[in-house]
Amino acid sequence: MNCLLETKFSDIHLKNPIIMASGTFGFGREYAEIYDIEKLGGIVSKGLTLNPRVGNQGIRVWEASSGMLNSVGLENPGIQSFIETELPFMQSLDVVHIINISGTNLEDYVEACDKISREKVNMIELNISCPNVKENNIPFGIKEITARKVVREVRKVTRIPLMVKLSPDAEDIIRIARVCEEEGADAISLINTFKAFAINTKEKKKIFNNTYAGLSGPCIKPIALRMVHEVAKQVKIPVMGIGGIINYQDVLEFLMAGARAVQIGTANFLNPKVGEVIIKDLEEYLTDNNISNISDIIGIID
Amino acid sequence: MALIKYIKPLKNNFYILKISGKYQANMGQFFMIKKDSQSMFLNRPMSVYDLEDDGIIFLFKKVGKGTAVLANCKSGDEIAIYGPYGNGFPAEVQGRIALVGGGTGIAPLFFALKQLKKHRKGYTIDTYLGLQEKNDFESTFRLYADYLLVNYGQFITDFVPYAKYNTIFSCGPELMMKKIEKQANKLKIDHYVSLEKRMACGVGACLVCTCQTKNGNKRACKDGPVFRGRDIF
Repeated sequence: MNCLLETKFSDIHLKNPIIMASGTFGFGREYAEIYDIEKLGGIVSKGLTLNPRVGNQGIRVWEASSGMLNSVGLENPGIQSFIETELPFMQSLDVVHIINISGTNLEDYVEACDKISREKVNMIELNISCPNVKENNIPFGIKEITARKVVREVRKVTRIPLMVKLSPDAEDIIRIARVCEEEGADAISLINTFKAFAINTKEKKKIFNNTYAGLSGPCIKPIALRMVHEVAKQVKIPVMGIGGIINYQDVLEFLMAGARAVQIGTANFLNPKVGEVIIKDLEEYLTDNNISNISDIIGIID
Repeated sequence: MALIKYIKPLKNNFYILKISGKYQANMGQFFMIKKDSQSMFLNRPMSVYDLEDDGIIFLFKKVGKGTAVLANCKSGDEIAIYGPYGNGFPAEVQGRIALVGGGTGIAPLFFALKQLKKHRKGYTIDTYLGLQEKNDFESTFRLYADYLLVNYGQFITDFVPYAKYNTIFSCGPELMMKKIEKQANKLKIDHYVSLEKRMACGVGACLVCTCQTKNGNKRACKDGPVFRGRDIF
């Protein structure tokens, strides 16, 4: 039954194309207490920076219609502490692990990637798209020139498969994807959260101390799907689709639009076992429709 | 999905919600619940108010969009429920115990009271509740508490004879818990607080419920919601 969902992403073998998105799955420990997470295709670590970060003050989550805003601000233990205390756990799992690296300046990105590249990891996801970091009002992934610079410099220090996570707020997301490919990225993941806003009208105050926050969930899915469709046609490297996926039909849409694998984020909050549910439903779908392997539907929509 | 057994409106926008099924929980733990995806997006964390053989009971106050949806539920409605989650109140406690609650913070204290009386026979447990006005659940507390003081509209913290107690469990407004911690610290009382935070995952992964403690950032959902008062205030 399992070979139905087996697929390849870049040169990495995946049991299935279902990957848990950064920031929604910790380092896997919490969900490992709830279900067998080795059933998953992969896990992306919480976003890591060179130095530890305490994250943002004030309210960090706000509900929207069919979605949520978050303003965590990349709270994380720093790359060194991660390598010592969390990476061994991720490595011990029989599931692909992808290490998400973020930064507020070029030097930090490069040093963090250099550090993680001395370890045995399956893939790096370079986060150039977090809207929640104050020091970095414009993420590297908004403009072509900064995106090119960070991917180029990181590529110099790592031979680990490198996936770049794009922002939907990019000036031209197709152009940025091409730039990443030109600079040697092995894959693209898209999209990160949208920069968004919420106001408490009763108190006439903004909800988040950091003013803007990242919008995720089903409300962004149609836009994410459009962006994946546009980008997948314009680059040769594989695309991982992200944005509001909550069930297997959503997964099918992203795969048909050209993504070779997908990430599940916010849906983990709605049902902690959603990964398991989606994998089972996908298997059933393929069996019922006499499709021998999930790869057969990838990119079938023009 | 589970079924709602009943929902009962009380005074002052409080509601009692019973969900059918077999549940287990330690005192101070919580569940994540949601009506359906059309009316609510995220699950809402709710401390256990009571456990019965055929269901679990929550006490909540209608304060926003999510609780308004829950308040409008009917018996027989389907409801999603996940848990139990979090670290609750310690089972091993010393000496004479006071429970101090304010507003909806009284919910986990009722479950703690019942559990302590059931499993720790011989304990003397006094309960202090601060409410805006008289409400129906007071009589329920009276069934179990060795002593019950309910105060309306004033600071309940002004009515607790702290020196009598070795252990205090508190839950309510931060200011209330902070005032108790000041006394607890002075009198060397073991003080445990249950914190309320906005949550998303409920299991410790998303870091939206982070709270600052003397030992650095902690997750209210996974490391808490119960902490030592001295670590928070």
